[in-house]
Amino acid sequence: MQAEHSAGEGALFMKCDNCNKNATVHLTEIKAGKKIEKHLCEQCAAANEGLPVKSHMPINELLTNFVMQHSGMQKEVGTSCEQCGITWAEFRQSGLLGCPNDYQVFEKDLMPLLQRAHENMSHHVGKVPARRGNSGVPMKRQVDLTRLRKELAKAVEAEDYERAAKLRDQIRQAEGG
Amino acid sequence: MKLSDLTNHAGEWLRGSGPMSEIVISSRIRLARNIAGFPFLGRCSRQQRQALEQKARETILNAQIASELLYVDLEAAPEIDRQLLVERHLISKPHAAAEGARGVAIAENETISIMVNEEDHLRIQALRSGLQLEEAWEQITKVDDKIESTLDYAFHPRFGYLTACPTNVGTGIRVSVMLHLPALKLTGEIEKVFRAAKDMRLAVRGLYGEGTEATGDFYQISNQTTLGKTEEEIISDFKHVVIPKIIEYEQHARKALRDDRTVQLDDKVGRAVGILRSARLIASEETLLLLSHLRMGLHLGRVKDVDIRTLNELFLLTQPAHLQKIQGRKLEGDVRRAARADYIRSRLSAS
Repeated sequence: MQAEHSAGEGALFMKCDNCNKNATVHLTEIKAGKKIEKHLCEQCAAANEGLPVKSHMPINELLTNFVMQHSGMQKEVGTSCEQCGITWAEFRQSGLLGCPNDYQVFEKDLMPLLQRAHENMSHHVGKVPARRGNSGVPMKRQVDLTRLRKELAKAVEAEDYERAAKLRDQIRQAEGG
Repeated sequence: MKLSDLTNHAGEWLRGSGPMSEIVISSRIRLARNIAGFPFLGRCSRQQRQALEQKARETILNAQIASELLYVDLEAAPEIDRQLLVERHLISKPHAAAEGARGVAIAENETISIMVNEEDHLRIQALRSGLQLEEAWEQITKVDDKIESTLDYAFHPRFGYLTACPTNVGTGIRVSVMLHLPALKLTGEIEKVFRAAKDMRLAVRGLYGEGTEATGDFYQISNQTTLGKTEEEIISDFKHVVIPKIIEYEQHARKALRDDRTVQLDDKVGRAVGILRSARLIASEETLLLLSHLRMGLHLGRVKDVDIRTLNELFLLTQPAHLQKIQGRKLEGDVRRAARADYIRSRLSAS
């Protein structure tokens, strides 16, 4: 297919190969060593070439999608751990997780990564903390402790010593339980 | 026990004894552990970091790990002391260079060290000379149990011990064996070892771990998989499969050098002895390389009048921080290189 266009007319003002609308999608295909150019409007491109074209995509969304596709991320950028606040993107940047709770929050995304790093293994079979037997330390309590300690840090910073004292009691209780 | 007590002798791992010590310098096992209820260190506030350090320090001091235990506050320690601990393999380079509340506990004649607030809250290490992985595991798992008896570790039934970096999760174990492979280096066959190690999912590093060059023909081989295998399986692979293969390679290369390239071998060894006994200025890199050749010559019977113990000590005591501690003053540039050359000459002529 050869697009017809008169001299002096730039690509921006090309007409669609199928209808008379302005062509905004320009494709170049190499078939059997021959270069084929196609100029289509959005509707025809979506219908004929199976290309989902969304008009006026904001540049930041475009970039985000691009980065996400290339780093194998499926999660929305906004998802963050409610305990430590880390996002998946932040983890990918540093390679380090923020807190033990992240293993649950990002479990789905972590799985392929863990399997790549550990010869396709995904379950711990080694040593288990003796004191807690086979069940291990309950995650919930660990999560509670993280939250309490965070609140304590805030209270100390705000010089709210009454609240800090209460939180310390709660931490002691949670640690002992 | 004080830090200064360590200076004048080599650490246990450089004793030059233990099984296979001609080729295996040391066996090291490290366990990464985090304390439940705290974020990992990257997400800790200054206050949380301090609270962690205090909690870890108290636990370690009260855990009755050993009759004698030295705890070094690394935030307060001068740079030279931190460098000394790196040279003795008791702390990592990043731990020495980091900032904020952190420390290290040292026990059992330096065979045990526990880094506090490194990449994980706790990094427990057992370090022994020669090929002694099972002994190191027996020792470290006991220390781990003692700490765990009063401290909740971050642990998940499926993922095991939770670590800041997911590449350490599960057992949190890193088994490293430090090997002296001068013959494989000289014959150029060392590349084969690297390739085989890569195929077996093992990492090869230099003398001071991650990101360091293999100076003086020392190579550290360590596991990378920490999830889905038991600690015993990982250790057994090393002891029965990986390490014997590499030892065999090196022995073969040494024999080939001795039998087929005697003149070249004697030339290398002779030059090493000559320079070490007569140099007036010498840098630490060159020292390591020459000591390495001398060590090989000694084990192949090409040199007779050098004591192996002295030689092993020189590997450590000629390092910058040790040299300055022995001399009792700060040394730089040519003054340091002159002091190193003097020290080597005095030790090698006396034996």
